[in-house]
Amino acid sequence: MQNTDSRAHLTGRSVYVDDIPVQKGTLYGKVVFSGVAHGRVRKLDVSAALAFPGVEGVYTAADIPGENQIGGIISDELLFADKVVSFCGQPLAFVVARDENTAREAASQIVTEIEPFEAITDPRIACEKGQLLFPPRTFSLGNVARTWEQCAHVFEGSTETGGQEHLYIETQGSYAYPTEQGGIRIHASTQGPTHVQMTASRILGFPMHRIEVDVARLGGGFGGKEDQATAWACMAAMAAWKLQKPVKLILHRMDDMAMTGKRHPYSADFRIGLTADLRILAYQATFYQNGGAAADLSPAILDRSLFHSTNAYCIPNTEVTAYGCKTNLPPNTAFRGFGGPQGMFVMEAAIARAAHELKIPARKIQAKNFLKENDAFQYGQIAKNVNIGRCFETLAGKYPFEALDQEVDTFNRKNPLLKKGLAVMPVCFGISFTKTNMNQARALVHIYQDGSIGVSTGAVEMGQGVNTKILQVAAFSFSINPQRVRIETTNTTRVSNTSPTAASSGADLNGKATQLACNALLGRLLEAAARLLGSAPGELFIKDEEVWDKVGKTGIGWEELVSYAHQDRVCLTENGHYATPVIHFDRTTNKGHPFAYHVYGTSLWEATIDCLRGTYVFDRAVMVHDFGNSMNPDIDRGQAEGGMIQGMGWMTMEELLFDRKGQLLSDNLSTYKVPDIYSVPKKLECHALETTGPGVAILRSKAVGEPPLMYGIGAFFALQNAIRAFNPHALVDFHAPMTPERVLMRLYEGMGLPNLAPAQTSEEHRQES
Amino acid sequence: MISFILNQRQLDIREKPGQNLLDFIRYQQDLTGTKIGCREGDCGACTVLEGRLRNNELVYRSIISCLTPLGNVHGKHIVTIEGLNLEQLSPVQENLLNHGATQCGFCTPGFVISLTGHTMSSQPSSTAAAIASVDGNICRCTGYKSIERAAISISHLLKDKDPERPLQWLVNNRFLPPYFAGIGKRLSGMAQERPPPGPAATLMGGGTDLMVQQPHNMARARLDLLFDKEELKDIRAADQQIIIGASATASDIMQSSLLQKHLPRIGKHFKRVSSEPIRNMGTLGGNIANASPIADLVIYFMVLGARLRLVNGQGERTLPLSSFFIDYKKTRIKKGEFIHSISLPLTGKPYLHNFEKVSKRTHLDIATVNSAMLIEVHEDQIVRCMAACGGVSPIPRLLKNPSAFLTGNRLTAANLRRAAEVLQTEIAPISDVRGSAQYKRLLARQLFMAHFLELFPGRFALNELIS
Repeated sequence: MQNTDSRAHLTGRSVYVDDIPVQKGTLYGKVVFSGVAHGRVRKLDVSAALAFPGVEGVYTAADIPGENQIGGIISDELLFADKVVSFCGQPLAFVVARDENTAREAASQIVTEIEPFEAITDPRIACEKGQLLFPPRTFSLGNVARTWEQCAHVFEGSTETGGQEHLYIETQGSYAYPTEQGGIRIHASTQGPTHVQMTASRILGFPMHRIEVDVARLGGGFGGKEDQATAWACMAAMAAWKLQKPVKLILHRMDDMAMTGKRHPYSADFRIGLTADLRILAYQATFYQNGGAAADLSPAILDRSLFHSTNAYCIPNTEVTAYGCKTNLPPNTAFRGFGGPQGMFVMEAAIARAAHELKIPARKIQAKNFLKENDAFQYGQIAKNVNIGRCFETLAGKYPFEALDQEVDTFNRKNPLLKKGLAVMPVCFGISFTKTNMNQARALVHIYQDGSIGVSTGAVEMGQGVNTKILQVAAFSFSINPQRVRIETTNTTRVSNTSPTAASSGADLNGKATQLACNALLGRLLEAAARLLGSAPGELFIKDEEVWDKVGKTGIGWEELVSYAHQDRVCLTENGHYATPVIHFDRTTNKGHPFAYHVYGTSLWEATIDCLRGTYVFDRAVMVHDFGNSMNPDIDRGQAEGGMIQGMGWMTMEELLFDRKGQLLSDNLSTYKVPDIYSVPKKLECHALETTGPGVAILRSKAVGEPPLMYGIGAFFALQNAIRAFNPHALVDFHAPMTPERVLMRLYEGMGLPNLAPAQTSEEHRQES
Repeated sequence: MISFILNQRQLDIREKPGQNLLDFIRYQQDLTGTKIGCREGDCGACTVLEGRLRNNELVYRSIISCLTPLGNVHGKHIVTIEGLNLEQLSPVQENLLNHGATQCGFCTPGFVISLTGHTMSSQPSSTAAAIASVDGNICRCTGYKSIERAAISISHLLKDKDPERPLQWLVNNRFLPPYFAGIGKRLSGMAQERPPPGPAATLMGGGTDLMVQQPHNMARARLDLLFDKEELKDIRAADQQIIIGASATASDIMQSSLLQKHLPRIGKHFKRVSSEPIRNMGTLGGNIANASPIADLVIYFMVLGARLRLVNGQGERTLPLSSFFIDYKKTRIKKGEFIHSISLPLTGKPYLHNFEKVSKRTHLDIATVNSAMLIEVHEDQIVRCMAACGGVSPIPRLLKNPSAFLTGNRLTAANLRRAAEVLQTEIAPISDVRGSAQYKRLLARQLFMAHFLELFPGRFALNELIS
C-alpha cells in the first residue's frame, strides 16, 4: 500500500503551511537576528522600522506578554535575545507588515549595536573553559582501567564528525490567527504540536487551552522541526494576539539555515583494547558534543550517543563519558539518529584504527564482537531477539566478502587512476524515547453512523508514512476496507499532551493507541451484533466487512452493524491510550531497560575514487535490514533507502562551515550540498531479514525511521580504504565528512604537493556564484 | 503588458518584468502546487514548463520559476502541476506513485514537471535522459532510487512515441491534458512584440545570476530583457569562425550540431554545468557578464581563442574574451554596451580541447576549480597550448605562463611537470567555502594534468605526472 498522501502530492494538491488559503487581512513577519556570535546588545532601535509605511508591529524581548523562554528540557533559551546575544542567527526582533517585502525592507531599518565578546565554536575549548550546558554523563560496564593490561592490542585515536543541516525542502513556518474567546489557532510545520502549544502558552502567558495547534503535514522534518519549529510559531502567535490579526511567518531558506540548529558536531577520543583473537575487551571514549548556545534537546541526544556508543558489539568493559559543550553556535538539535550516529562513528573509527594497525579488514573485528542473545548492553538491558549476526551472515551470503576483497584488489592493481574500497557497517539501534515518560500516545477514533471512520492521533505525517500505517491499523482492526478510514490532521484539541513525532516511534506509539481504541470499539460493536443476532459476543467476529459467527456469515454487514449500534445508543467514539510496557531507566545508575526493542542491520559499501581528481562514486550499497514483519514494505523500503542516503550525505558531501567568529559560511543550497540523483550509489539493494518481529512493535513491524541512517557511516570507511589503496602512507584519521577536498589531500599526503605559497584568506570573494 | 498562457488561460498582466514567476504563480494566481525551496535555483521545487514557438515549432523545456523574470515568459506557455492534472493520474504521476517515489511530497510536483518535460523532449528518450531530466530536483526523503526506477519505467513507455506528432501522442496517451493540442495555435496568435525597455535599463539574460543575487532590485528595475532576442540566440559558422550569440543558453550550445561537430565532447562537458533547467535558462552572455571567477562557460571558451563582440548604439568593438576581465567582478564593458556574441576561430582541424571541473558535488554545483585546455601537437612538438583555470584568482584566468612554457616544447612528462610548477606561480587561490587555498592549488595541478591524460590517452602514466 502506497502512502495515502501520494496522489495529492503528485497532483500538487497537498496543503503545507504556506499553501493554506490566507484570511483577509493577513500580515507577514520577518525575523531580525544577530550577526554577532557573542556580545552585549548596546542598542536595538526599532523606531524606523515601526514608522515604515505598511508596518503593523515590531516586537522584541520587551514586548513578550508572558515569559521570554522557549527552552525544552532546560529553560535556557530565549525567544528574543535580551541583553546578550550568544549565537549568530539569534532572533532579536520580529517585524510584521502588510506583505513580505515591506516586512523585509522595514527589518533592514532596525539599528543594532552589539559589543562583541570572544566567541567559542570548538567544543573542546568550551569544555576546557568549563562551558557546559549540563553536567557530564558517564556510562560504564565492568572495569576498563584494570583491563588494558590484559589486552594484546591497545589503540587510541580521535575523531571529528561534522554537523548536518536538515534541509527539509519545506522551510520552517507558521500561520497563526485569533479565534473566539481569546484563543489563538496556529498552523505550524512542527513535529511537536504540544511543544508549540506549551511554549506559546508560556510566551503569551495563557493557559494551554487557549492555544490550538494544527498540523496537516510537513515537507520534511528529520528532527529539525521537533523543537525548533517552536520559535517561529510563538512569534506568529504573539503578533497575532497583539494585533488581533492573522500573521504568517515562513522562513526564507537562508534565514532558516542561519537561525536553526543542526545535527551536533562531535569531537571525540577513543581507546580500544583487543585480545590476540580480536575480542574487544575494553573500550573507553570521551565525547565532546558541540551543543551550541542553549541546551535544546542536547541532553537527550547526548544520552543516545552513550546508549549507542558500542553499536552492535558486546564489550565487557566500557567507560564512555560525554560533555555537552556550550558554544556560540545556533543550539544544535534533533536529527534522525539523535546522537546515535555520532556515538557509533567513534566505535567504528576505533575498530578501523585497530584493523589498520593489525592489517586486517575491519569486518573481522566487527564479526568477532557482535552482540548475542542474552548479552548485556552497557546500560544493563539484556539483549533479546538479537539479529545482528543473522544480518551480517545474510549479507555475507549474498556478497561473499573474501571474493569481493579479491575483486577489489585485482581492480586496484590494474587501475593506476581509480581505486576501490569496501566497508561493512553494522547497526544496532534502540527503539523508544530514552526518557521513559515520553513513551505514551493517544488516539481518538470516531465511527460515524454511515460506517466511515475518522482517526486522530498525536502522530505528525512528514513523509514517513505514519498516517498510512495508522490507517492500516484501523482497517486491520475492524477488518474493513481501508477506504473507510480517514486520518485527520494532528490537532491539540483532539489529541492532547502528545509526545513529538520522533525517535522512530510515531507508528508504534500512535498505532498501538489506535489499535487499543479500535479494539474497544470492536468489542462494543460485537456486543451490539450479539444483541441483534441473539448470540454471544464471544462467538462473533468481523471479517472483510461482515459479521461472522462460528458457522459463517451472519448476513450483517459493516454499515448495517454500525447503524444498528448507533440506534442502540452504543458509543461509537473511543480514545485509546498507550504507554509502552516494560521500559524503565534509572538515570542515577544509568542502568535499566530503556528500549522496547532494538533494530538491527548490516550494510556493505563499495566506493571508487578518481585518484587524479579526488572525486568518487559509490558503485554499490547493500543493506540487510531487520524490519520485523513489515506492515508496509513499500513505505519501509523508502525509509531505509532514504535514511541510508541521508547518512551517506552526512559522511561525504554535507559540510557545514563556520568561520572563527561563529558565522555560518555554508548558508544556502549553493554552498551546502546534499545528495542529488547522481550522488547516490549506482546500485542500492535493500534486503529484508526474515523475522517475525516483536509483539511490542505495531503489528510486529519494527520502527524504521532512524536506524538506516547509520548505514551511511560505511561510506566514510569505504572511501578511507580506497584512499589507502592509492597512498599507503595516507593519514588514517577520522574526520568526517569525507569531502572531495579531504580525499584529494589524503591521496597526495607526503607525495610532494605543489609548491605552496602561504595560504591566503579573504572574505572578499567568498560568496561566489 | 506581459501576455502569456498559464496552463489553460491566457493572462495579460501589468506586473513588473523583473518580478519572479514563482511568487506570481503562488500568490497572485493561487497555484500552490509549485513550491518554494530555496529561491536560488538549487532545489527544483518550483520547476515549471516553458513552451514557446521556435521556427513555428512548439518546444517545451523545464525552467526554474524562482529565477524567471515575468518578462521572460511573454508570448509563452507556462505549465504548472495544476496544468498537467487530469481526472486520473498521468503515466508520469502513476509511475512515481507505483514506485513509492514520493514521501513528504514537497519536492514531488517539481519531479512530475521535470519528468513530464522529458516526455515532451524532441530527442528520443533513454533511461539516462529520463534520469538527467531530474538532475535539478533535490529530494531529501527518498534517496532517489525510487525516483530513478520510476524514471526508467517512464522512459520505457516513451519508446512508442510518435516522432511525427509527439504532442498529440502525449495527449492521446494521457501524459498531457487535451488543451495542449491547441497551444501552438494560440501562441502564434498572440502578440510577440514587446515595448522598448526605455533608457538606462538593466540588461538581463536568463536571470540565473541576477535573480539570485539581487531579486528585490530586479523586481523593481527597468529591464532590457535579452533572453528572447532571436538575433542574439544564433549559433552559426561564418568566415572560418563559429559565432555564438550572447542569448544562446547552455542547453542551446550543448545541443548545437555545429558545436558538437567541432567539440565532440561538449555534451559530456556541459553536463557538469549546473542542471538541466538552469542550462535551459542561463545564457552565454550572462555567464560572461557576471564575471564570476569560476564561470564555466568562460573558462570553456576562453582557451579556444574566443573573441567577444560588444555593441552599443553607436558601433561595436571586439576583444579577446580572456582580456575582458579586470578584477573581481570588474570587466571592460562600458556603459551602454552589451555583449552581442563570441566568435571562435576555426583552423580547419578539429579542436583538441578538454574541460575539467571539480566541485563538492559532482553535478549541480559551482566549481571549486575548473580548467580548460586547447592544444595542438605536431610530431611530439607542442605547436600551441592554451590553458585556463577558474577559482584560483579573482577572475577566470588564462594561464599564460604554463601555456607559453609548453608552446614550442616537446610533449614529455618532464615538461608537463615543469609546466605545472610554472602554473603555481600564476595563481593565487584563497580559502573559502568551496575549499582551502592549498586544496585549490593541488586541484589546479591535478586538473592541468587531467587534460593531458584525457587528450592523450595511454601516453602518460599518472605517477609520471604527479610524482
